[in-house]
Amino acid sequence: MRRILVVGASLAGIRAAEALRRHGFDGELTVAGTEPGVPYRRPALSKGYLLGTQSADQIGLSVDADLDLRTGTEAVRLDLGSRVVWLRPDDGSAVPHPFDGLVIATGAVARTLPGPPLPGVHTLRTLADAAALRSELQAAAQVVVAGGGLVGGEVAAAARVLGLDVTLVVPAPGPMAGVFGPAVARMLAELHQAHGTRLTPGAVARLEGDSRVRAVRLADGTVLPADLVVLGIGSRPATGWLYGTGLIQPGGRLRHAPNLAVADGITAAGDVIAAPGAGHWDNAIRQADTAARTLLDGQAAPAHDALTMFWTELYGTRLQVIGHPAPGAAARLAEGSLGERRCVVTYGDGDGAALLVNSPHRLSTYRRLLAAVPA
Amino acid sequence: MRITVDRNLCESTGMCTGLAPDLFELDEDGLIVLLNAEPGDELRSAAEQAVRNCPVAAIAVQHED
Repeated sequence: MRRILVVGASLAGIRAAEALRRHGFDGELTVAGTEPGVPYRRPALSKGYLLGTQSADQIGLSVDADLDLRTGTEAVRLDLGSRVVWLRPDDGSAVPHPFDGLVIATGAVARTLPGPPLPGVHTLRTLADAAALRSELQAAAQVVVAGGGLVGGEVAAAARVLGLDVTLVVPAPGPMAGVFGPAVARMLAELHQAHGTRLTPGAVARLEGDSRVRAVRLADGTVLPADLVVLGIGSRPATGWLYGTGLIQPGGRLRHAPNLAVADGITAAGDVIAAPGAGHWDNAIRQADTAARTLLDGQAAPAHDALTMFWTELYGTRLQVIGHPAPGAAARLAEGSLGERRCVVTYGDGDGAALLVNSPHRLSTYRRLLAAVPA
Repeated sequence: MRITVDRNLCESTGMCTGLAPDLFELDEDGLIVLLNAEPGDELRSAAEQAVRNCPVAAIAVQHED
């Protein structure tokens, strides 16, 4: 294998390229990413960057490998037969890039509501999104955030910390009920309310406004006035450029083997293959290493370690999750108190996942406990 | 190899404790604790992984050659 192309220059793509070098690949290595600037650490966008405590320079992602990094370069088509990816640099031309090996790490894009873009309505996925949102938060008065997931929750908290009037629209009984269960969802609802964020149960059906957003209308007819709206309603895999290749499943994720092989000489990492809700930092770096080894060693590489973690922070309360709670898994309070927001909740009879609330010192213990149980 | 950590940068994500559990812990406040500042070569790869993947770049490694 002489020529490897990595499509996607965020965490998964960059780490996959580094892993290729680390595992001995010394051929031509190109990394192409759509975004214009240098790679950055995405988790900071909805935290320090939005609050203004961190600048764009301070959230850069280190690139520790000899590679040809092409930013502002979009992949527009994969031709499986001739093993070529068509790349479109920002000058608008289309350039065929032949490859022997390909890593697909194009990530995901934020979901939006149907209809034309309306000024004052934001999503948060890229640095450009965050810069636009950060700038508009300075002048906003009444913010409505739709969706109580990681992005929605963190944006609502940041806007509230900035002193704005914030309403979070999230189905009852509270944020992330589908992931963590009703008791944790109620705790998260109380946490938001304790810091002055209003919670309105429901889901956004429509945006109202002409030259700028004026209000959101919920499915039950409730109208919430707003001069700034943030949609945190999930993401979809950025795999549009692969339509027609037969590599995509319904919903947009890539079909892949446990060792992250997608096709002969093609592997994938990050949000293009992540299970819903599992597109996170730790997951991406572990998958990047597996995708690199599978590409170099064929079928020899082991499956990636599923016992990964993710985290979020709301008003100084830290939530860390080891593994991924299975849908509907029974939640059990293993230690501490939900009311005091310092506890550990386990899922699936202790062998599935654990949620640590303000208990980072218990991470190693629960990681060991969960790793010791055969999956 | 010599490892240094910056507790002022630490945001308690715990990535390091997963990637290199023999080298890092988090204390009661959630801040990074270095368990072994000068580990042997067998921990070199784990240490480098932790450096590269700390989301807030709170860990550094110096190699004395």
